[in-house]
Amino acid sequence: MKPDPDVKLDDLYQDVILDHYRRPRNRRELADADRRAEGNNPLCGDHVTIFLKVESGVVREVTFQGGGCAISTASASLMTEVLRGKTLDEAKAIFKRFHGLVTGEPRETSEPHGLGKLEVFSGICHYPARVKCATLAWHTLDAALRDDRRPEDVVSTE
Amino acid sequence: MALVDRTPPRPSSRRGGAAPGPRLDVERIRRDFPILATQVRGKPLVYLDNAATAQKPRAVIDAISAYYESDNANIHRGVHALSIRATEAYEAARRRIQALINAEAPEQVIFVRGATEGVNLVAQSYGRPRLRPGDEILITEMEHHSNIVPWQLLCEQTGAGLRVAPINDRGELRLDEFERLLSERTKIAAFAHVSNALGTVNPVRELAGLAHRAGAVVLVDGAQATPHQAVDVRQLGCDFYVFSGHKMFGPTGVGVLYGRRELLEALPPYQGGGEMILSVTFEKTVYAALPARLEAGTPHIAGGIGLGAAVAYLSQIGYDAIAAHEAALLEHGTRVLGEIPQVRLIGTAAHKASVLSFVIDGVHAHDAGTVLDQLGIAIRTGHHCAQPVMQHFGVPATCRASLAFYNTTEELDVLAAGVRKVCEVFGV
Repeated sequence: MKPDPDVKLDDLYQDVILDHYRRPRNRRELADADRRAEGNNPLCGDHVTIFLKVESGVVREVTFQGGGCAISTASASLMTEVLRGKTLDEAKAIFKRFHGLVTGEPRETSEPHGLGKLEVFSGICHYPARVKCATLAWHTLDAALRDDRRPEDVVSTE
Repeated sequence: MALVDRTPPRPSSRRGGAAPGPRLDVERIRRDFPILATQVRGKPLVYLDNAATAQKPRAVIDAISAYYESDNANIHRGVHALSIRATEAYEAARRRIQALINAEAPEQVIFVRGATEGVNLVAQSYGRPRLRPGDEILITEMEHHSNIVPWQLLCEQTGAGLRVAPINDRGELRLDEFERLLSERTKIAAFAHVSNALGTVNPVRELAGLAHRAGAVVLVDGAQATPHQAVDVRQLGCDFYVFSGHKMFGPTGVGVLYGRRELLEALPPYQGGGEMILSVTFEKTVYAALPARLEAGTPHIAGGIGLGAAVAYLSQIGYDAIAAHEAALLEHGTRVLGEIPQVRLIGTAAHKASVLSFVIDGVHAHDAGTVLDQLGIAIRTGHHCAQPVMQHFGVPATCRASLAFYNTTEELDVLAAGVRKVCEVFGV
């Protein structure tokens, strides 16, 4: 029998996560958004809308509405803080690294992920059932960044 | 084996109309379930997710192993010894189930994959050839998705309409609305015996009587009833009754459709294949009699035998003793959770099975579930495949502790302490 991973509750619900859950940053509608996308996690009923304002390939503003559990709300909140001022290519690259972090993707290096404060989500990979909570906002962002999407598209993590 | 101490329970342990019954020797019963000795995340397992699936007693595990180790063969057609033994064991299980639910004859017990397949079988074989545009199917707001979606599919196929009888804020079906929605257009009334998300026990006999007076055929989803209470299909007056083996301490992948004989005999086969025919030529195939006609293909033989063992185990303990013990558990759980100010119970029906659905102010159910998991406590968090129920109560999800007769009041105290820990972690 595989032993349960030795993860402490504090590793998962770090203070930064709890802080962003209680006081989410940038949780508001962006009236002059030029891109928006909606995401659902049918498993837990979470729903998030991402608003983006992009100028010359750079994220000028990003906000969100909705949320749900502490992990998905804090993830959306931290995402908006991290992405402001990033180019679209940088944003996509951060999502890729973040996805690797929370899914526990094997890596060839033991270097840090270079994700800064997003590394507070490193404990998630020990809770496979919660990975979708951490990635909901990011998948929704990814959809908003795709050029070929129709306005009515809704992202689902299922 | 004396699993039951015949001393009557203390009066204070009776609640919710449960029959006074003999007291369970819970510690002894727990030793019958090997998994209950497991440690999870370094803590003793507190398994409170029985409405999702129940744990299996040694008797069930042994019956399945014994079948594979010494009797394994295909059934109903071999002339050799193993096939005869396997057939006898499988058919003995059917007879045990017949006795458990007081069906008139063993061939009215149809083995299916589970309650879900039972509902789909009735929708497609009974409903599809009969329903016409303008006909109606009446269900309730508290149904599991498995008693909603098969009827929606049937409505799409036939042009019939779906009507939904609402619940009140205690999670009880509104009988006046149920009655008002019945009419000569209602061809099928389908409802849960016990709600999986709320624990509400419906007055099946009364509802079936109302539906029959309107001329409807009645299907009862008993998936959450058979783990907790005696079911007498004739006393309930239902036309079809479905349930799943794995929720009543048997294996997954097997369940039962009971039907009144004349209705089952009129059903066209649900699936075609082996087992369900008398003779096949390319010009004409003659179908077998019940139950084989509705059981195409090699069945889940080990599953049927395992379910038979679960039924024998349940019968030995007795539903009176189970109901008395669970009523005491429900009362204790309701009290210890109710003492936590941040907790709101969802589903407070007067007549309730041992299900405690609740939300914690300021904490999402999944966060609560993860913290409780760290403490070795297994509960279900989410919408419980009953999204309309969640919508009624205006919550995205609930925490649900669902109890079985092997649970103890001490485990509920561990749950309550865990919920207080959740409140502490999230500062609510």
